[in-house]
Amino acid sequence: MMKVKIALAQFNTILGDVNVNLNRHLELIAEARQQNTDLMIFPELSLTGYALLDLAVETAIRPHQDDPVFNELLSASQDLDLMVGFVHEDRRHRFYIASAYLANGKIIHIHNKIYLPTYGMFDEGRYFAPGDSVRAFDTRFGRVGMLICEDFWHASLPYLLWLDGADILLFASASPGRGLNQAPRLSSSEWVEHTNRAYAGLFTNFVAHANRVGYEDGLNFWGGSTIFDPNGDLIVRAQDFEQTLITAEIDLNQLHRSRARLPLLRDERTILVKRELERILGES
Amino acid sequence: MIDLTINTELAEKILTGFIRSELGRVGFKRALMGVSGGIDSAVSLYLSAKALGPENVLAVRMPYKTSPKDTLDDAQEMIDDLGVQSITIEITEMVDPLIGYTKDISKIRAGNIMARMRMIVLYDQSVAFNGLVMGTSNKTEMLLGYTTVFGDSAAAIQPIGDLYKTQVRQLARHLGVPEKVVSKAPSADLWEGQTDEGELGFRYADVDQLLYLLVDQRYRPETCIEEGFEQAFVERVLKLMRQNHFKRVMPPIAKLSQRTIGYDFLYLRDWGT
Repeated sequence: MMKVKIALAQFNTILGDVNVNLNRHLELIAEARQQNTDLMIFPELSLTGYALLDLAVETAIRPHQDDPVFNELLSASQDLDLMVGFVHEDRRHRFYIASAYLANGKIIHIHNKIYLPTYGMFDEGRYFAPGDSVRAFDTRFGRVGMLICEDFWHASLPYLLWLDGADILLFASASPGRGLNQAPRLSSSEWVEHTNRAYAGLFTNFVAHANRVGYEDGLNFWGGSTIFDPNGDLIVRAQDFEQTLITAEIDLNQLHRSRARLPLLRDERTILVKRELERILGES
Repeated sequence: MIDLTINTELAEKILTGFIRSELGRVGFKRALMGVSGGIDSAVSLYLSAKALGPENVLAVRMPYKTSPKDTLDDAQEMIDDLGVQSITIEITEMVDPLIGYTKDISKIRAGNIMARMRMIVLYDQSVAFNGLVMGTSNKTEMLLGYTTVFGDSAAAIQPIGDLYKTQVRQLARHLGVPEKVVSKAPSADLWEGQTDEGELGFRYADVDQLLYLLVDQRYRPETCIEEGFEQAFVERVLKLMRQNHFKRVMPPIAKLSQRTIGYDFLYLRDWGT
């Protein structure tokens, strides 16, 4: 399968109402299915909304087949793969911001957000446990990796996924808009887009990013979801601030062409990285 | 170079979306606000009319006997320009008995009484109109505390509370607020001849730049002085910000139990919507 149709669900959530949000997921999935989507990506915390505060524990899910919410989503994943955002309660009752990759009625992978911004307007570390691993995983489209918002403000995580074999990076976020100046877009939008483009180009990878829209109290979420190809070229971008389902086809043969031209992956000196990291960490 | 220029089109998009979202999610589609003829309430009025449609907006003029006629006329001109609904309720007869209760009442007290009477009128009208009260406070006056607590600061939402006064002016021009409203000297209109800049003792153009460095850019006060702001000015502004902080936060609750509102009972206002 070399052509993959990806849908980015740039949508709004009801804060803390998992059942209503689940229904919106199912409606959007039906819409994407009609457009012959292969893989559909929902933003960060798509089942709950973002600024949960004390709602974090009240909306948490223990993801398995018998959970009523996951059961519905797993059924919906029979014919298209899904990446959904939720609050993950683990067996020891720790709560994570998480994204699950569902395919063929099965949970293929769960990523727990590793970097929880706890500064300025953010307070995630107060409510959530940080994830402690980052792993690429196999899908019917090849190997992919998932990251959530602040995770991809740390270059190490996309880098590790790249080395772990991910050719497609799937990013989910609920990014609050900020930094109004004279430019036509917010500085937060510009920064995230620059970063995603850079990862696509530096890793000769596909980078698909779903960001939400809507408001929570005074926070606005700016949307602007994108897919970049392995040359760092923009394939598609959703309009800022608009609730929309955008789809685009990616051509996995592009990996062959980009990496033939620009063998950055071939030339990456991972042993050198390991040696130098050990030296740096050993010295500190 | 301190540049407070904003993209007014983007500001309009975010703020009209905010107004629609925050009203709609609690079941409202109408808004009302006091319209003085000044620039802040003008911007709030124009944004609301664009967000909700003029038929869903009520402009309330609430003059006191000393309110200048030209300001009232400016308010009327904007009401006519937008085609919003309007009502005029003079507050003189309501506030004069309370003002007269104290001999030689200070200007501050009389001004606060007027601001709070306008709040009562607005919240009463909000029930009749089935709308929410739109705030008209800008970032400069919120940071300086240049506001009457439970008076003009009382509102359901604050659409322009993150724009400095000089940025409100830019947005006003973009929205089509009449030039004479944009360029007139800002006044709280609490007594004759009052102007904000006269009362504060500095110009918005200057204090906005200083606040931008201190608040947005996280400059240390001493760095602002090195950058050319007078020490006395910097200290005065810092003092105003600090001593009026109580106007920006909810009253503290004395904690006794395991779980207390404001400390460890934390939800957004948009909880469940």
